[in-house]
Amino acid sequence: MPAVSKGDGMRGLAVFISDIRNCKSKEAEIKRINKELANIRSKFKGDKALDGYSKKKYVCKLLFIFLLGHDIDFGHMEAVNLLSSNKYTEKQIDSMDSVKQSAALCLLRLYKASPDLVPMGEWTARVVHLLNDQHMGVVTAAVSLITCLCKKNPDDFKTCISLAVSRLSRIVSSASTDLQDYTYYFVPAPWLSVKLLRLLQCYPPPEDAAVKGRLVECLETVLNKAQEPPKSKKVQHSNAKNAILFETISLIIHYDSEPNLLVRACNQLGQFLQHRETNLRYLALESMCTLASSEFSHEAVKTHIDTVINALKTERDVSVRQRAADLLYAMCDRSNAKQIVSEMLRYLETADYAIREEIVLKVAILAEKYAVDYSWYVDTILNLIRIAGDYVSEEVWYRVLQIVTNRDDVQGYAAKTVFEALQAPACHENMVKVGGYILGEFGNLIAGDPRSSPPVQFSLLHSKFHLCSVATRALLLSTYIKFINLFPETKATIQAVLRAGSQLRNADVELQQRAVEYLTLSSVASTDVLATVLEEMPPFPERESSILAKLKRKKGPGAGSALDDGRRDPSSNDINGGVEPTPSTVSTPSPSADLLGLRAAPPPAAPPASAGAGNLLVDVFDGPAAQPSLGPTPEEAFLSPGPEDIGPPIPEADELLNKFVCKNNGVLFENQLLQIGVKSEFRQNLGRMYLFYGNKTSVQFQNFSPTVVHPGDLQTQLAVQTKRVAAQVDGGAQVQQVLNIECLRDFLTPPLLSVRFRYGGAPQALTLKLPVTINKFFQPTEMAAQDFFQRWKQLSLPQQEAQKIFKANHPMDAEVTKAKLLGFGSALLDNVDPNPENFVGAGIIQTKALQVGCLLRLEPNAQAQMYRLTLRTSKEPVSRHLCELLAQQF
Amino acid sequence: MEHIRFILIQNRAGKTRLAKWYMQFDDDEKQKLIEEVHAVVTVRDAKHTNFVEVICVADSLSVLQFRNFKIIYRRYAGLYFCICVDVNDNNLAYLEAIHNFVEVLNEYFHNVCELDLVFNFYKVYTVVDEMFLAGEIRETSQTKVLKQLLMLQSLE
Repeated sequence: MPAVSKGDGMRGLAVFISDIRNCKSKEAEIKRINKELANIRSKFKGDKALDGYSKKKYVCKLLFIFLLGHDIDFGHMEAVNLLSSNKYTEKQIDSMDSVKQSAALCLLRLYKASPDLVPMGEWTARVVHLLNDQHMGVVTAAVSLITCLCKKNPDDFKTCISLAVSRLSRIVSSASTDLQDYTYYFVPAPWLSVKLLRLLQCYPPPEDAAVKGRLVECLETVLNKAQEPPKSKKVQHSNAKNAILFETISLIIHYDSEPNLLVRACNQLGQFLQHRETNLRYLALESMCTLASSEFSHEAVKTHIDTVINALKTERDVSVRQRAADLLYAMCDRSNAKQIVSEMLRYLETADYAIREEIVLKVAILAEKYAVDYSWYVDTILNLIRIAGDYVSEEVWYRVLQIVTNRDDVQGYAAKTVFEALQAPACHENMVKVGGYILGEFGNLIAGDPRSSPPVQFSLLHSKFHLCSVATRALLLSTYIKFINLFPETKATIQAVLRAGSQLRNADVELQQRAVEYLTLSSVASTDVLATVLEEMPPFPERESSILAKLKRKKGPGAGSALDDGRRDPSSNDINGGVEPTPSTVSTPSPSADLLGLRAAPPPAAPPASAGAGNLLVDVFDGPAAQPSLGPTPEEAFLSPGPEDIGPPIPEADELLNKFVCKNNGVLFENQLLQIGVKSEFRQNLGRMYLFYGNKTSVQFQNFSPTVVHPGDLQTQLAVQTKRVAAQVDGGAQVQQVLNIECLRDFLTPPLLSVRFRYGGAPQALTLKLPVTINKFFQPTEMAAQDFFQRWKQLSLPQQEAQKIFKANHPMDAEVTKAKLLGFGSALLDNVDPNPENFVGAGIIQTKALQVGCLLRLEPNAQAQMYRLTLRTSKEPVSRHLCELLAQQF
Repeated sequence: MEHIRFILIQNRAGKTRLAKWYMQFDDDEKQKLIEEVHAVVTVRDAKHTNFVEVICVADSLSVLQFRNFKIIYRRYAGLYFCICVDVNDNNLAYLEAIHNFVEVLNEYFHNVCELDLVFNFYKVYTVVDEMFLAGEIRETSQTKVLKQLLMLQSLE
């Protein structure tokens, strides 16, 4: 280590640092530091006055210790003493500057770590007066310190305002060469100017008229200079100049009190929107976003709408497009909402996957907030589902149902529109959900038209039934029972559907239960009872829009003001501010609660909250037709758990899963009681898996019940059929379970295997991850080098590639690596990569819905014991997922 | 809040030539950040901005925290100079701070190249410390910095 030989005039410091670096352990380091701290303490406390050199040395040692991450609880006085010292002779002035700078920043660091230790009071004036220091470097460091301190004690540091303004004024009005060393590409002291402007943003506009006048003059000068011809063609010149300009605009927005300056700022940013530098376009969009929330400049911002829309369509950098979308959202009001929403919808069709959900949320919020007529709102949300159904979260489609339920002027239109939307041969499942719910509530409003008569409505919905997930089917069953109430003529048809074996004996308990209960309800209840139980849903109580809450969550705690809903437009509260809560809705579900009762147990058709109605329902099931076994008893629920009933996977589930990524057979799990073996084979998008459950004890397992559960969306991605196994497993015996697997589309999470049984009377439960990962459906593809490179190039979008650089966890053996890659499922291509050490593979993932071509490259670096793995596929999540799966294997 | 969280110099292959941390991270986090910066920066070209926002999940207080950072970077030949700052910081000021730093290196090493940074890494840290301290811009005058560096060198 060269630290000592390098030297910097403070040999003691160099020795100390080198000692620290030579420490073999953390303990040794702490010991050395404590020794040094004791030494410094005694020096500072000693009678002998320290000379500047020693003070500097010791403060720097403290600084070093602090930068290492250790606590410092003394020395602040000495740091401040250094700042205010005037004992130094002129010839020492250079190092003086340096020490003052270091001391100011050291104090800043100490203050951040432990504000209470720094006794401000008496030092405040001295610190503030550093702004007057003749040396710019000292001022630069001091501004950082003051900016931090004044945030905690704004009143104590108020005096810095006038000093900062006069310092700024001197810099801004100086000629481009006045400041010599501190002039950067003809721009005087750009960094100091920026820091001063940021310091001023800690305070409201200056109260003193003279100071304020001087500051406004400065700000105008900066804006004027932006219009002058550049003094240099170098990008450094314009960047430095614009750094000051953007900070000036931030200050103008912060004050939000000078209409003239706000409009000038907006015009300046407007020019940048068309600048050839991407950086400037990006920053202008970002800055305009905050300008849009000022009442003085909102209108001026709106004049740039066409440019911003164009940016949304043409910018190559996704982050610039994102800023454009943010700005459109911020500049939206009732006058331009239709245009902005329609442009965002159009953009959504081609938008990057990464920002689709956010755009969906923004469109949904704008449509709700600025809707003049609610038919437009309904159209917009249905369009959202049509264009980006996968990205329309529950919050969004719950919200449209709430609004339709709460506003009777739009219910007929909504029913008509969803009916039309459902005519499409392939419509998104979210559309079926919204359609099912709305027709179930308000289908009667369009039943007069023979084209949408009750039987037509029913058969349209039922034609989608079989393609839908369990949750949607459950919702549709509720719609059907509501139809029986709305349209008695459909009763026979619907009862036949409910009675069919596929419903009454459905393997899914939720569906089975709904079918049984609805069938019974429709048979035993009188028309009056039915009408009461299945009455239209009461209005929802209004709270904060759940979508807005979601958007805020997505943006994280640092969400910008563009997302702030509470902004200037006072008219935004009148029509769209919310629906008056009505007394009758007290106990209806809150907007964020499970609106459709899909997750709750029975009964899904939520009755109105009156006590009488609640009893009616009980009466129905207490009646003669009610079977004691209708509801699931606790024991039955235990045997066939729904997704909510099973526990989380055991901690080692991921590790166990990883073992099976590159192989199909082996022991999946073993403990003292049970061993689970796996044998599986996969072809195209189909697979068959044999699970062997071995009882390792001499006691019989009872109620033995292994089930496969699909968390989340998985059931639309992977179909797994299981056969039941015997409920008893004798001691020492093994039972076998066969699973038929079909991959419907690409998926990221494996299904869960939940095993429950009783051993010696005690319930045992275990949840594992079933070793079915997307690579199992790989079909290896051989190709020549030329084809490989051509395809590789075709998949060159950043989101199509996933890359990982990682340390080898196993010995780096080429043969083992080959075997693993083959086990992973891809073909290994020889003579493709110019470097023979590297591995290149190709394959196609076969799913029922689509095929995903995958290319991979693995570059081992034996010297560094590292790998670099690169995956390219046509689907972004697949690239990332495969990369993660495979990276675990080496 | 420190303004600068870290300064990184990496080459295209992802080799770190300098890493200066102004905030506490544990080693795993540092490695993750280094990889993440490399991954997001190297895919960008001249049509992209010099700014990338990253969200990093840090676990240093054993409480999950989202921290929003942005990376301001500039490419010189095969090297990426990256400064990580708060999302609200002034982009162009840091972009030029990078260039200012590179001009000092160029002057100090007489036409700096990647190898200079490899063999004199400790000197590069000295240059960084002259120009940045405690996560703040400390000295911006090239003349002053170079004078100080020459003074330090003369003491060797």
